Amino acid sequence: MKIVKINKKNWAEGLDSLAGSYSLSGPVKENGYHNFKKLNKGELPDFDFLNTKLSSKSFVFPQSEVMLEYSLDETADDHHIMKEVKKDYSKRAVVGMRPCDAKALMLVKMNFDTADYQDPYWLNAFNATTFVGLACDNPESTCFCTSAGCGPYHEDGLDVLLSDAGDHYIAKALTQKGEELLSAAKWQESADASVMDKKKAEAEAQIASTVKTDQLKKKATLDLHSASFWDDIAFACINCGTCTYACPTCWCFDIQDETKGNKGIRMKNWDTCMSPLFTLHTTGHNPRGDKTQRVRQRFMHKLKYFVDKYDKGIMCVGCGRCIRQCPVNIDIRSICDKMNRYEPAEQSE
Amino acid sequence: MNNPYLPYPVRIDDIEIATEDKSLRTFKFVFLNEGDEEKFAYKAGQFAELSIPGVGEIPIGIASSPVEKGFVKFTVFKAGKVTSHLHNMKVGDVMGLRGPLGNWYPWDKLEGKNVFIIGGGFAFTTLRSSIKYMLDPANRAKFGGIHMVYGARSPGMILYRDELIEWEKRDDINIHLTIDREAPNWDYHVGLGPNIAEKVGPPGNDDTYAIACGPPIMIKFTLPVLEKLGYAKDHIILSLENRMKCGIGMCGRCNIGRELVCKDGPVFTLEELNLTPKEY
Repeated sequence: MKIVKINKKNWAEGLDSLAGSYSLSGPVKENGYHNFKKLNKGELPDFDFLNTKLSSKSFVFPQSEVMLEYSLDETADDHHIMKEVKKDYSKRAVVGMRPCDAKALMLVKMNFDTADYQDPYWLNAFNATTFVGLACDNPESTCFCTSAGCGPYHEDGLDVLLSDAGDHYIAKALTQKGEELLSAAKWQESADASVMDKKKAEAEAQIASTVKTDQLKKKATLDLHSASFWDDIAFACINCGTCTYACPTCWCFDIQDETKGNKGIRMKNWDTCMSPLFTLHTTGHNPRGDKTQRVRQRFMHKLKYFVDKYDKGIMCVGCGRCIRQCPVNIDIRSICDKMNRYEPAEQSE
Repeated sequence: MNNPYLPYPVRIDDIEIATEDKSLRTFKFVFLNEGDEEKFAYKAGQFAELSIPGVGEIPIGIASSPVEKGFVKFTVFKAGKVTSHLHNMKVGDVMGLRGPLGNWYPWDKLEGKNVFIIGGGFAFTTLRSSIKYMLDPANRAKFGGIHMVYGARSPGMILYRDELIEWEKRDDINIHLTIDREAPNWDYHVGLGPNIAEKVGPPGNDDTYAIACGPPIMIKFTLPVLEKLGYAKDHIILSLENRMKCGIGMCGRCNIGRELVCKDGPVFTLEELNLTPKEY
């Protein structure tokens, strides 16, 4: 795949060319932090950030999304019959997502694209989008991607990887979609691949924070589940769910109907395993009614159930958002290490 | 791409009050569109989402049997928002049906085997589907002895009573009905299901499987009985319930460890369940 050099002087012009055939989104600073937004004509993505507050998962998995619609008007022929809504899946590109968010998409895809069922909303949006990553040369103290199956120059899930080289970007096309985007932007000046390799090695060396995951697969699920440390880990948790919304790999959702007058929609909304309602039975019985059970579910899902189910490592890319945004300083790194070194014999007295 | 969230439109063709306290009703649905019934091909033990526009969806075990054609039936306990709404609906009303969902009782494995069915209370729906399937002339020869214990609080709380009394007269199924307390004109057992199962149940062996479905308290007292009768953990088959939304293994709430009750279940052996956290 080709590697091109994009002079920053040609950046705006290239994006302008892209805007003809793609709807463009990118990081924009608002209210003190960066988040992804649709870019207006002539608006440039702002790359002066370490990472965005929320991940880019909402491009394929919006916080709220209309799935179906219905009419309750009994004079209509099709009343009470669910209909698919018309969706726009025209070509779009996200410019400037971090490689961790792209890797997260590939993990989440395993949930929404299975042999038995395919979620058309997730997959159609995924297929319509060209993902242009921005490599990380300045990691945050909470970044631990290199030990979470990812990295600051990780390519999995991206169509193009950009690296900032001062007065220019180096852009590496990683897929056919990526090549098409570079051509559409008319970025053609060939670049030296070795520069990117050197920067990648430097960036990886800068990630100082790590987790150990090598023992997780070997542990018995029920041993970890009954470990004595869960009450202690959950003690400070207020079940706010921030970790799950900020997480690029959290995919849980709710389905709700909303009716106004005689018309209504069936929606898919982000949900959180931190909420007791998430699992509450109609009888009042709740399999995860206690806070500790919910906190344990979150970490067991990411660090054990997922590991066993897919054999693709942990369901975490090391972006550190949950650590930075947790109001009570719960740190997935220390929990991962605790689980990784847990021996039931040591605990039973 | 096939949309797994889009229900088949169905019409309520019949509603039967299923228990004397009217807390359960059996709804018979017919598909509005030609071809949908074939797409809905199911096996005994599966469930579906009953989908009411503007109200929501509820996962319910399929009570009709794959050998019954032209309709699907569900017996629904009035409990929450969707089921209460459904209980107020009328014959002719249109709604949605999404499925079939989940796995089923292991019919391939059960061929040539004896089957001991233990049911309690409202949980007899997929068991009814299963017995109807096994008793079908085309299938009966595939199975060995069929034994059944079904317990309810009182005669009027027994689901599908007329049908069960008909089946009771057959000689190719060994049926034991029981109620918790004595009642007038009751010619069958009196006593809790697990106690009756202990007295009349066939012994467990390689060629005999038990399928138990009922409220948690019944399951709790049935498992020791099955062990006493000699059933191995991989010969005890259970069906779970958990809160569900998508029913297709994606929305994340019904898991017990790595297993999703909606997609990897609802049917599990006791051996499988003993490897998972008890989050159901």
